[in-house]
Parts: sequence; C-alpha cells; structure tokens
Amino acid sequence: MTIQGLKKIVRSNIREYGMYIALVVIMAIFSIATKGTFISSRNIANLLNQTGYIAVLAVGMTLVIVIRHIDLSVGFLAGFLGAVAAIAIVAWELPVWLVIPMILAMGVVAGLVTAFPVAALGIPAFVASLAGWLIYRGLLLRVTSATGTIIIPNEAFNAIGNGYIPDLFPAESPFLPGMHKLTLLLGLCAALFFVVSQIRARRAKRAYALEVLPADLFALKLVFVVGVVALVTWILAGYNGLSWTLVIVLAVVAAYDYVTKQTVLGRHIYAVGGNPEAAELSGISVKRITYIVFASMGFLTALSGILFASRLQSATPTAGTLFEMDAIASAYIGGVSAAGGVGSITGSLVGALVYMSLMNGMNLLGTDISLQYVIRGAVLALAVIFDVATRRRAAKS
Amino acid sequence: MSDTILEMRKITKTFPGVTALSDVSFKVRRGDIHCLVGENGAGKSTLMKVLSGVHPHGSFEGDILIDGERRAFRGIADSERAGIAIIYQELALVPEMTVYENILLGHELRRGPVIDWNATIQKASSMLERVRLDVNPATKVKDLGVGKQQLVEIAKALSRDVRLLILDEPTAALNEDDCDNLLGIIRDLKTQGVTCVMISHKLKEVISIADRVTVLRDGKTVRDLDAAKGEIAEPVLIKHMVGREIDNVYPPRLAKPKDEVVLEVRDWNAYDPRIGRKVLKDVALHVRKGEIVGIAGLMGSGRTELARSLFGNPDGYELSGELVLKGRPRRFKSPRDAIDAGLAYASEDRKGNGLILIQDVKQNITLANLRALVRRGAAVDANAEVKVANGYREALNIKTPSVEQKVVNLSGGNQQKVSVAKWLFVKPDVLILDEPTRGIDVGAKYEIYTIMNRLVEEGMSIIMISSELPEVLGMSDRVYVISAGRVTGELAAAEANQENIMRLATS
Ligand SMILES: Nc1ncnc2c1ncn2[C@@H]1O[C@H](COP(=O)(O)OP(=O)(O)OP(=O)(O)O)[C@@H](O)[C@H]1O
Ligand SMILES: [Mg+2]
Repeated sequence: MTIQGLKKIVRSNIREYGMYIALVVIMAIFSIATKGTFISSRNIANLLNQTGYIAVLAVGMTLVIVIRHIDLSVGFLAGFLGAVAAIAIVAWELPVWLVIPMILAMGVVAGLVTAFPVAALGIPAFVASLAGWLIYRGLLLRVTSATGTIIIPNEAFNAIGNGYIPDLFPAESPFLPGMHKLTLLLGLCAALFFVVSQIRARRAKRAYALEVLPADLFALKLVFVVGVVALVTWILAGYNGLSWTLVIVLAVVAAYDYVTKQTVLGRHIYAVGGNPEAAELSGISVKRITYIVFASMGFLTALSGILFASRLQSATPTAGTLFEMDAIASAYIGGVSAAGGVGSITGSLVGALVYMSLMNGMNLLGTDISLQYVIRGAVLALAVIFDVATRRRAAKS
Repeated sequence: MSDTILEMRKITKTFPGVTALSDVSFKVRRGDIHCLVGENGAGKSTLMKVLSGVHPHGSFEGDILIDGERRAFRGIADSERAGIAIIYQELALVPEMTVYENILLGHELRRGPVIDWNATIQKASSMLERVRLDVNPATKVKDLGVGKQQLVEIAKALSRDVRLLILDEPTAALNEDDCDNLLGIIRDLKTQGVTCVMISHKLKEVISIADRVTVLRDGKTVRDLDAAKGEIAEPVLIKHMVGREIDNVYPPRLAKPKDEVVLEVRDWNAYDPRIGRKVLKDVALHVRKGEIVGIAGLMGSGRTELARSLFGNPDGYELSGELVLKGRPRRFKSPRDAIDAGLAYASEDRKGNGLILIQDVKQNITLANLRALVRRGAAVDANAEVKVANGYREALNIKTPSVEQKVVNLSGGNQQKVSVAKWLFVKPDVLILDEPTRGIDVGAKYEIYTIMNRLVEEGMSIIMISSELPEVLGMSDRVYVISAGRVTGELAAAEANQENIMRLATS
C-alpha cells in the first residue's frame, strides 16, 4: 500500500469518514473542556437518551429529503401525539400496551394526510407540511389548554425514556462488579456480527472483481469500528447499561438501514429521489413511494412524541417546538442532499449525534444559549459546505 | 496569422480507473470543418471538454495552443473569451425564456444597469438570420422543435464572436431534414470564417461535410484523414474507428415473424389536457410475434406520444380506443401495469427520464425488474445483481471500469447502452425502443441490431421508433409512418424506401 494509494482512498471516502471524524473531534474537545465529565458513563447515557427523539425524526426526515420533499409538521405533530398519549393514559385510563400502538397508528395516518396533497395534487411538501405545522400546533395547544402540563404517572410508559434494560446477573456478582453484564454481552455480539458480515460482503465483492478496500485498510476499519463499539459498550455498562431509548433507536436505525440498502422498496425510494420520471417509467409508482415515505415519517414522529413525553414524564403545551428543524439539521449534517437521491440512515444518525453532542457539551460548559445557537448554525453551515466541496471534487477528479 | 487555429499537444486525461485520453495530439486548420469520430467512450467529448475549459488547466497533461499561443483555460468563460464556443448534445437553453433572452443570456446588452431590450432583440434577430432561422425572437424556446432549438444554440454561440465552434453530436437528435439544414448552416459559417469541430456518429454526414477527419480510438489518435487527398470514405472510417471491417451494417435475420398478432391497437385517440389538443388520432396498428415494426415520422409527429400512451400513459392523456395485448383487451393505468403485462418502453431521452444518473450502472440495469433478484423474503441479492449487470456489460460491450461506476461518468453512447440493457433484463413480450441507437457508434449499433435480431428470433416483438430512415429500412419487417398524430401509411419492408416514407411523413 503506497502513500499515494492511501491518499486516494482517503480522498474518495472523505465525505463518508468526515462525519465520523467530526464526531470524534467534537467529543474529544468537550471531554477535555469538561475535564472528563462529558465522556463519563452517566453523561453519555444521558446524551444518547436525549438524542433518541431527534434521531428517529432524522431517520424519517432523511427519506423524505431523499425523495426531494420536506416535512415541517413533525415537531408539533410529535408534541400533539405525545399529549394524546398522556391524555389516553391519564384521562381515559387506557393501558400502555394499547396506547402505544394507537399513537403509532395515528402517526401513520397523519403522515398519509400530509402526503395526500403532495402525491395526489402535486402541492409542494413545504406548503402542505407548513399547514400541518400550524394545525398540529393549534391542536396541541387545544388539548393541553384545560390542564396545562399533563403529568404522566405511569411507570411502564416512563421507562421508555428513562429506564434501562435489566441485567442477567446481579450487579454485585464477583465477576466484573458494578458492570452491566447483558450490555457487555450485547456489545460483543454486535461487534462479532459486524466483523463477520463485513468479511462476507468483502469476499463476495472480490468474487466479482469489484473494487474493495485494500486488506490493511479493511483491517484498520474493522479494528476502529470494533474499538468504538467496545468503548461505547464499556462506558454504558459502567452506568446502568443500555437504555430502552437506545434499544429502540438502534432497532429503528437497523431496520431502516436494512430496508434502504437491501430491499426493493429501499431501492425504489432512492430511484424516485434520483430521477422521479425515470423511476415512474421503470414501473415504480412515485405516488405510492411518496405515501410510504410520509407514512413512515408519521410513524417515527409518533415514536418521537412517545419518547419525548416519556422522557419528561409529562406532556407540555410547547412539546416538539423546533424538533423539525433539529431533525432537518441532523439529516443535512449527516450528508443528505437536497437535490434528492442521496443520503443514508447511518449518516443521519451520526448527524443527530454530532448535533446533540454540541448541545449537550455546551450545556455542560454553561455556554450562553444565544452563543449555542450561533455555534450550532455554524456547524451546520460548515458540514454542508464540506459536503458540497467534497462532492464536487469527487465529480471532477 | 498562422494556418493552424488550434493545436492540442500530447493531451493526457485520466479519471479514477479510466484513462480517457492518452497522449492525444489534435490539430485544426483555420477555416476547416474538422470532424472527430470514434467509438463510444473513445474520448471525443473529453477532448473537447479539455479544450473548452470544462476540465480546467491543471486537471490534465499537455498543451493547448490557439493561434500558436499557449493557453491555460480555467473555465468556460476563459475559452469563450478566446473565441471558442462549445455546443453540447444536451441543449443548454432555458425553455421558459424567449429566443432572444436565451441568445444573449449571460452576455446581456446593457445601458447602465438595465438591459437594453431593443438592442437585444435586434442583435438576436441578426444572429437568427445568420443561421437562417425564421422564427419570432419572442417565441419561448420550449415551443420550438429540437432542430430549431439547436439553431438557437448556434445563434447564441455566434453572438459571442466565436471563431472556433465545437459541436458535440449536433445531429444525433435531428431528423433528416433538420440535419441537412444544420449541415448547410455549418457550411455557411465556414464561408464567414468560422472554424468548426464536429463530433458525429453519422458517417454519411461526416463524409459529406468534413475537410478533415480525426479518428480516436481508446483515447488515442489513430488517424488524420484529409478530404482533399480523397482519404475520407466510409469503410476507411469504420476500419479505423472499430479496428475491423463491418461489411454489412444490418445483420441478417434467420427467423421470419409468426402469424400470431401479439399487440393490436384500434381507433386509438389521445387528448393531452395540458396542451389542450389531440396528440393521436384514430391510430391503428398491429405487431406480430417475432416481428420488428418500424415507426417513422418527423420529430413531434406523435411517435413518442403513441409509445407513452400505450405504456401505461404516464402523461395522463385522455385515451379512447382499444389496446389488445396477447389476446386480452387492456387499458394500463401505469407503466408498472404495462411492464407486468409484458410491454416495455425504452425512452428516447436517456438523461431526462431514461436513467438515474447519480446511481451506478448495475442499479440502473436492474431497476425495472428488481423483483427478479429478490432472495429470502425481501432482500435484493447483491451478488446476483452484479452477475446480471456484468452479463449485459459484456453482451453490449458497455465501456466502464466496473458496474459500480456512476452512469453520469459514462460516455453518451455507453449511457444509451445501459438504458437499453435495463429493458432487455425485463424480458418483455413487446419492447418499444424509442431511438435506440441515438449517439451510438457503428460498431455498437451493429451489436444492438444483432441483439434485436436475436430477441425477435426468440419470439419477442419489437417496435422501433427511429429518426434514422436507413435504420428503419434496414431493420424493420414493416413500417408505419406517422404524421401529425395519424398513421398515414403502412409499408412492407420490400416496398418501403426513403422517398415514400418521407412523402407519407410530410403528408
Ligand atoms: N467525469 C468522468 N468520470 C469518470 N470517467 C469519465 C468521466 N467523463 C468521461 N469518462 C470516461 O472517459 C472515457 C471517454 O469518454 P467520452 O465522453 O470522451 O467518450 P466519447 O468519445 O465522447 O463517447 P460517445 O461517443 O459515447 O459520446 C469513457 O470511458 C468515459 O467513461
Ligand atoms: Mg460524447
């Protein structure tokens, strides 16, 4: 492996690696600046739980932007659905196992309603979802007007945003005392799964003489990822282990990553984003894809609303304010392109982590809120400029 | 001034995995019409992009000399200032703007900060005169046919005092009449002192117009030919381009069409509500199993509209009439329905609605039939996909470093092959090919014709829409001629010739 070759590979993948590097740099800076508080088990667990409700929105938003649309209504829709969940539990006294699917179903319906003017009438999604933004904001105010903030006194529901998975062995067992054993075990499984599937994919590609990373770089990548998984698992195991929020977010990301990368549906979504007319002429119904993507957005919005209400253990009249902007910013930091057809689920997850790490870190440092916004805006602008610049260079060379 | 207006010396240009040009030298004499020919992916467009600054100085090796002087262009603006204009095959006009606005776009005539519209219109009109285009300069560009739009592009270039005009496949999308007209105008420009470099795959027009021809193959100059020395002839060109001789441009077919009719259309009418008029009137036609049916007609005669109205009607025409496919009356609601029933349509506009340029070769080839690659429930079998794509890459000789190359990086002709491959993978019963060989070199045309023959011998039926009459005549069993939305004639292969087709097409 020559230096030249290495440079070339780094350059052609810089866009993908850039985000990970940015995340590591931001985390390192905050860890030093806060003298280790940032990287402590407790704070990382907290950060991941905070990221949860934005991350699921960012995942949905990624697909919406991939098909060249936008959904502004998700913030207040999440707030509104969270409030409905609270009311269902508190006022109607419905059981949690019924409330959650009900809210998720309402989210899907709301997504379809937003999609209708877009898909059937060709109205720009910006306008259609702006109408939704107003409507859901009004509905949220209305349902909370009588009571104000609704406290949710349900333990099972509140565990979603605050609880942790149980351990197999008691924490005070002599083997690794104080560590969450099931979390460690799951981390190990995840790392193993990653290594095995990567090796298999590489072997298959080589069989078709397709380009793969050179062996040493490939090994480096595996070591790096396994290292990160090990580190994160170790940090989390040192506190309470995996939180339910994290479990849900990882499940959503894994499912969406699989659907977008491996299935016919995923490929059709990206085809519609890449060139809707060509997709239509290839037998893909652009309408159907539009409905599906907005329905998925609605579903994830409902999930986000549940996560947020559960985390606060209450529903407030301002819940969900500006979530849509946070989700859109995360998706753009994560590398989606407004031109359509480009953007990945894992990218948006990292984008959300970058964005929320900034917030969390600056809060720890006690940075003034006004300055926080300025810095977040600057990071968003930088990320997008970096993205466009590297994309252009890749196109030229 | 020297006799040589342009000299490019030892140009080498590489892309990741591809050497597009290696050590190419290219010399153009002042006042000549100089043609550049070569197979798809030979490097013709790249050479012209190097010249015009699209690939800026420093991104390639070698020297560019204009009038004997070394130049370094950092962008198109630089080369424009040096009197070079390039017209791409994909037209770069703004459809919603008027002809005069387009002609002076980017070089607006001003008085102070405001545009002087009277001077603009006057200048545009005089440019239109130079290209003998008789349209009102206030017409919107979208209301002009492709042939006229091409002339507007040239008028735009002329308005910038161009000395060296580069045309990349200007006639690929034109019918015979528009081609002749365009060639006439290029000859006119020559008398006005404009030097032209023209890229073309239509060897007949190259022979008729070129003073000199340079042949590129695999990124190298293989030959410079001079008309004055009588060196330019079709067999010579083909031999240098392809590296072998092709004596029969249309390969012979072994099987005859069957009697069974697979597709029949009767009283077919289409009304386009967006433009508020009928685009098809009482069309009737049929296609037999194993038959190649040619559809000839001028640009805008309704050929593409016919194809799209049959193929699930994505434009939302109001249709009436009967469509019978394999004995069953049908009315497709979407392209998906049509594909499922065994009817496919390969679009003429590969960039606009044929391909997804930002995706790679394999994704484009498999897009219309991904379901065939699904394994174990929902996942697309990535290995099978690569295998399929590699199969077509070999069969059609698609020039690309790998099937994971993005389609946008392929040469025009190779993009066309990808868009044909996509429909071959669908394996329909009836395949409508709309301008299947547009921008494709002679060798690859032969390959596509051979594949068409093989498909019909295996029992598929093909409807071929083409503006190239020789191809319609050479490949079809029967020919329908369309004019202004009507079928004006049906000709058997034996009785069809250029004259009677053109007569019907303009009737
Ligand atoms: N931006 C790019 N990135 C990567 N490869 C490229 C790029 N542009 C061109 N190529 C490659 O360079 C080679 C030459 O392409 P070029 O477009 O010059 O061919 P051409 O002679 O114009 O062919 P055609 O007749 O099909 O238009 C091709 O193999 C093509 O795939
Ligand atoms: Mg070309």
